Amino acid sequence: MIDLLFELSKKGSNKFSMPELDVPEVSVSAKRGTELDLPELPEVEVMRHYTALSRLVHGVEDGPYPLGSCTMKYNPKLNEVTASLDGFTGIHPLQPADTIKGCTEVLKLTHSALCGVLGMDAVSFQPAAGAHGEMTSLLVMHKYLQSIGQTQRTKIIVPDSSHGTNPASAVAAGFEVVTIPSYSNGMVDMDALKAAVGDDTAAMMLTNPNTLGIFDKQIAEMAKVVHAAGGLMYYDGANLNAIMGWARPGDMGFDIVHVNLHKTFSTPHGGGGPGSGPIACKKFLQAYLPYTELDYRQGVDAEKSIGKVKAFHGNFAVIVKALTYILALGAEGLKDASGKAVLNANYLFKQIASLYGEQYRHCMHEFVVSASKAGDDYGVHALDIAKAMLDEGIHPPTIYFPLIVKEAMMFEPTETESKESIDSLAKTMASIFSVAASNPDALHAAPLKAYIGRPDEVKAAKDMKVTAKF
Amino acid sequence: MNIPSNLKYLPTHEWVLVEGSKAKVGISDFAQHALGDVVYISLPEVGDEVTADESFADIESVKAASEVFCPVSGTVTAINEDLDADAGLLNQDPYTNWIIEVEFSALSDKLVDAAQYEKICNEEK
Repeated sequence: MIDLLFELSKKGSNKFSMPELDVPEVSVSAKRGTELDLPELPEVEVMRHYTALSRLVHGVEDGPYPLGSCTMKYNPKLNEVTASLDGFTGIHPLQPADTIKGCTEVLKLTHSALCGVLGMDAVSFQPAAGAHGEMTSLLVMHKYLQSIGQTQRTKIIVPDSSHGTNPASAVAAGFEVVTIPSYSNGMVDMDALKAAVGDDTAAMMLTNPNTLGIFDKQIAEMAKVVHAAGGLMYYDGANLNAIMGWARPGDMGFDIVHVNLHKTFSTPHGGGGPGSGPIACKKFLQAYLPYTELDYRQGVDAEKSIGKVKAFHGNFAVIVKALTYILALGAEGLKDASGKAVLNANYLFKQIASLYGEQYRHCMHEFVVSASKAGDDYGVHALDIAKAMLDEGIHPPTIYFPLIVKEAMMFEPTETESKESIDSLAKTMASIFSVAASNPDALHAAPLKAYIGRPDEVKAAKDMKVTAKF
Repeated sequence: MNIPSNLKYLPTHEWVLVEGSKAKVGISDFAQHALGDVVYISLPEVGDEVTADESFADIESVKAASEVFCPVSGTVTAINEDLDADAGLLNQDPYTNWIIEVEFSALSDKLVDAAQYEKICNEEK
């Protein structure tokens, strides 16, 4: 194992000179009661530590990262340049508004770009990431329903293909969850939806295209059914990369959405940085959005608003990065990125479908194949195939999700990969399957090259230690 | 696949063993295999009402969190507390390790016998 900085610390080893003190000295220990126990190391040791850690992980800069539903696209370096500008980093949110006009301009521009892409009227940047955006949206819908006297609307409808966070957020926000089945083609069972709606329906939560990478063409009818029953439509923006610039949730009948800037708009995530999950809504919900001190929007009502869910405008630097991406690509570029993401997924699917004993069928930005047949034929499972991919320098797809597909493997190559890269990925998958046929034990033993091979997942879930004692 | 013939099953992979006015409820071998290593189970409390075909517990495995549906309606008279300490017992023997015992008023009309249940499992495979 790699030692922690606290374990590497050597008292007095980080010598540096501070500028002369020009304010009255305050003893830290007098305020805190105890000395702050920070590690002390020379700069070079700190750099070696982090560089060593960086070599143990796989990022999109190491190789393909087709982790389904996570949109692990490349994060252009230009985003880092703009986010590091002094005007964005050397400020405080409480300084006078007329001294941070650049920041408010960023918020305005991003606001209008997101409204344009989503077909919505108002945005709140506060939520820190996707699930937080879901939770915030649910609270907004709850407050709205209460304000119009519809307190009996306590149920949230989700299809069985939904992201796990949807029902979890609904329960966390105090709603009850009603799960409805999908047809065998992956679309929502309309009869089940019609039977599920009623005067207790608060909203339906949906991602479109869904987790199977299928665009549910019944969306307009679904929205009609839910709205006719008095419910609201919530769009989970996790899969926005499939439709950006081509179709808008607002036009499909959705009332409120969250969007993951860190997925669709190329900002680091998955251990690489904080996310940002702004929510956007139609005009009639605007007054219920989180209140912020520095609100450039009109119409925020302190009585109606659900209040803050995070300080100020959330993870502001992430918004700067997302805006950089939006402006660098432009409207046509965003549309093109989305089109290429869908093309790449179809191209990869077409090449590897037969390995899984499946027929290629059209997909959106991602697709799901089942490793069931590999299990029957060779005794290798989705987990074994995923682990073998690690040895080949490829991040595995999402596995065992969605739950409605056995031994699911969910690939999302994103627009980042070139044709050559996808060809090479497909070739690697073919060679893994040929090893599965000739020497399945080699796959059971994979990965051999990763720093951690096969962690004890039960122990990891039950006895997780997230703190260290120093 | 182990499907004891003395039990009745729901198509959602729960079993029930009726003993007089009481019924023991658990998950099938097929279910524990599909779930993978079970990490947690959230159990109801003694005295809780349960309804046939509705969820009465959640099981979390290394792959997923899933609902467990009740084959009977009635009042919970006992819970298997061993599962609180080690939910992995459901993987070791899903039939000895029942989940709840219910003083039942009605059985689900979706219950099938072992032979029919085996067919359902084979179709799902």
